[in-house]
Amino acid sequence: MSKDHSPDQFLPENEGGQSHSDARRTFLKQSSILTALALTPTAAIKAAELKFEEKVAAVFEKVNITLDINGKKQKLAVEPRTTLLDLLREQLNLTGTKKGCDYGQCGACTVHVDGQRVLSCLTLAAMADGKDITTIEGLANGDKLHPMQEAFIKHDGFQCGYCTPGQIMSAVACIREGHADSDEEIREYMSGNLCRCGAYPNIVNAIKEVKNGGHKV
Amino acid sequence: MIPFQYVKPSKQKAAIDTVAKDDTAMFIAGGTNLVDLMKRGIMNPEKLVDINKLPLRKIEKEDGHVRIGALALNGAVAEDKLILEKHPLLSQALNAGASAQLRNMATVGGNIMQRTRCNYFYDTNLPCNKREPGSGCGALQGFNRMHAIFGHSDKCIAVNPSDMNVALVALDAVVLVSGPKGDRRIPFAEFHRLPGDTPQIHTNLQKGELITAVDIPEHPYTKHVNYLKVRDRTSYAFALVSVAAALDLDGSNIKSARLAMGGVAHKPWRLQEAEQFLAGKPATEASFRQAAEIAMRGAKAFEHNQFKLKLGPNTIVQALKNAAAAV
Repeated sequence: MSKDHSPDQFLPENEGGQSHSDARRTFLKQSSILTALALTPTAAIKAAELKFEEKVAAVFEKVNITLDINGKKQKLAVEPRTTLLDLLREQLNLTGTKKGCDYGQCGACTVHVDGQRVLSCLTLAAMADGKDITTIEGLANGDKLHPMQEAFIKHDGFQCGYCTPGQIMSAVACIREGHADSDEEIREYMSGNLCRCGAYPNIVNAIKEVKNGGHKV
Repeated sequence: MIPFQYVKPSKQKAAIDTVAKDDTAMFIAGGTNLVDLMKRGIMNPEKLVDINKLPLRKIEKEDGHVRIGALALNGAVAEDKLILEKHPLLSQALNAGASAQLRNMATVGGNIMQRTRCNYFYDTNLPCNKREPGSGCGALQGFNRMHAIFGHSDKCIAVNPSDMNVALVALDAVVLVSGPKGDRRIPFAEFHRLPGDTPQIHTNLQKGELITAVDIPEHPYTKHVNYLKVRDRTSYAFALVSVAAALDLDGSNIKSARLAMGGVAHKPWRLQEAEQFLAGKPATEASFRQAAEIAMRGAKAFEHNQFKLKLGPNTIVQALKNAAAAV
C-alpha cells in the first residue's frame, strides 16, 4: 500500500494540516473517484475501441449549470451522475442536508427547489440547472432561527438529529402547502420523512405550534 | 451508476430521434424511479435525454376529455381544480402514492412507466427474468408476499406498483404517444402487458416512443368514488392491495360502476365483469360482496400472499361502501 493510502493519514493527530473530518471527506472523495474509474468499463472500454480521446472526453464531460443556492447564484460544472445531494455536501460543503438512504425512501435529504420540497438524492444536479435551491442552511435569518427550527428545539422534535434538517424543510413546506390543518393531515403529509428515534409526536406538536402561532413561514 | 451523457433538447422531435437511434439512450423526466434504478445498477443508460424543456406540463379541458400533459407533476395533478372536480378518483389515487416530496418530482408519464418494486428485480445478486431474461424468477418459490394473484406466469409474478395507473385504467384513460413513426393513442388497459414469456417488456411502448399526454374522457363518476389502499403502514408504502371504485347512483340504485385493483397483477387490473354485475343492482353490501366474488374469480396466490385472496374482496367491498357513502 502506498504512503498516500496509509490509514494513519486520516487520524486526527496527523500533521497533514487537515482536520479529521476534512481528511475523512477527502478520503471519501478520493475513493469515490477511484470507484468511479473502476466502474466505468462498459462505457469507457467501448469508447476506447472507437476513438479513445474523443469518446472518453464525452463520457466524462461536465455539464455547466447555474444554481441559486440559499440566495447566492453559483456557476458550477457537474459530472452528469452527480446528485444535487452530493453536489451540496461534497462540492459546496453544505453538509446540513443529510444522506440517509440515498434511494428516496427516508426524506433526510429534503430541500426546496423553486419553493417545492423534493428529494435531493434523486435529483440529478444537471437537471436542477437554473433553479432556486433552499437548504437547511438557508432557512435561518442570520443568527435568528426560523420559527420551525425554534419549535423543533422547544418541543424536542428530535433525538439523534440526523433526520431533522429534512424534517424541518418538509415541515415548512407542509405548512406552506396548506397541509397542516390537523394532526392526521400533518402525519400524512410528513410521511415521507422517517425518524428512527420516533420523535413523531413532538414533530407534530412543533408543526402545530408554528401553524397556529401565525408565524410567517 | 455508470457514466452517461446528458442532453436536454428543446424540441420533441430531437428528443425522440435521439432515443430512437441509440439503444443505450433513455428519456428522463422526474427521475424518481430511473435515478434509483441507475444507482443500483439495474438500469444502465449511457445517455439520458432530459425532456423537461418540452411543453408537456398543462392540464386542460378539451372537447370530451381532460388532457393531462406527460410532464405534469403528480402533486400538481392531485391538487388541480379541474381534476378535483372532474376526476376526484385520480386525485385520491395520486395522493395515496409516494410522499409529498416524491409527488413534487414525479411526472404523470414517468408514473405510468415506473418499474415493479419486486425485491428480486431490485437485487442484482438474485435471479429475475425481468431484469435478466432467462435467469429465472426468484419470487416464484421465494418471498412473494407483495406479489401477483392475477395474470402471472411461471416467468414472473411481479406487480405494477402505481396507484395512479389503477385510477386511470378504471377511468378509461388513453395514453398519447409520439414516436419516430408518428403519433398514436393507446387505451390505458392495453398499455401495460402481462408477463407471459417476456416479463422484461413491461409496456407496449416501442423504442423511441415518448408519452406526451393522457386523456381522460368525460364520465359521470365525479362524486361516489373511493381509492382505498391497504399497506403495511398507514402512509408512504406500496399497496398490498388497492381498489379504485366509482359508482354512478340513481338514489340507492347503481346505474353503472367502475372497478379496478392495484397490487395484484403485472398491470393495473380492471374488473369489468364485476362492473357489469353491479349495473342495475341496489347499492348494498350484499351487491358489493357478490361483485367482489366475481372480481376474484381466477385468482391464484403463492406461498406468502394467500392473504390477498381474502384481503382483495374485503377491500373491494369497503371501497364500494366508501364510494356509495361519499358526499
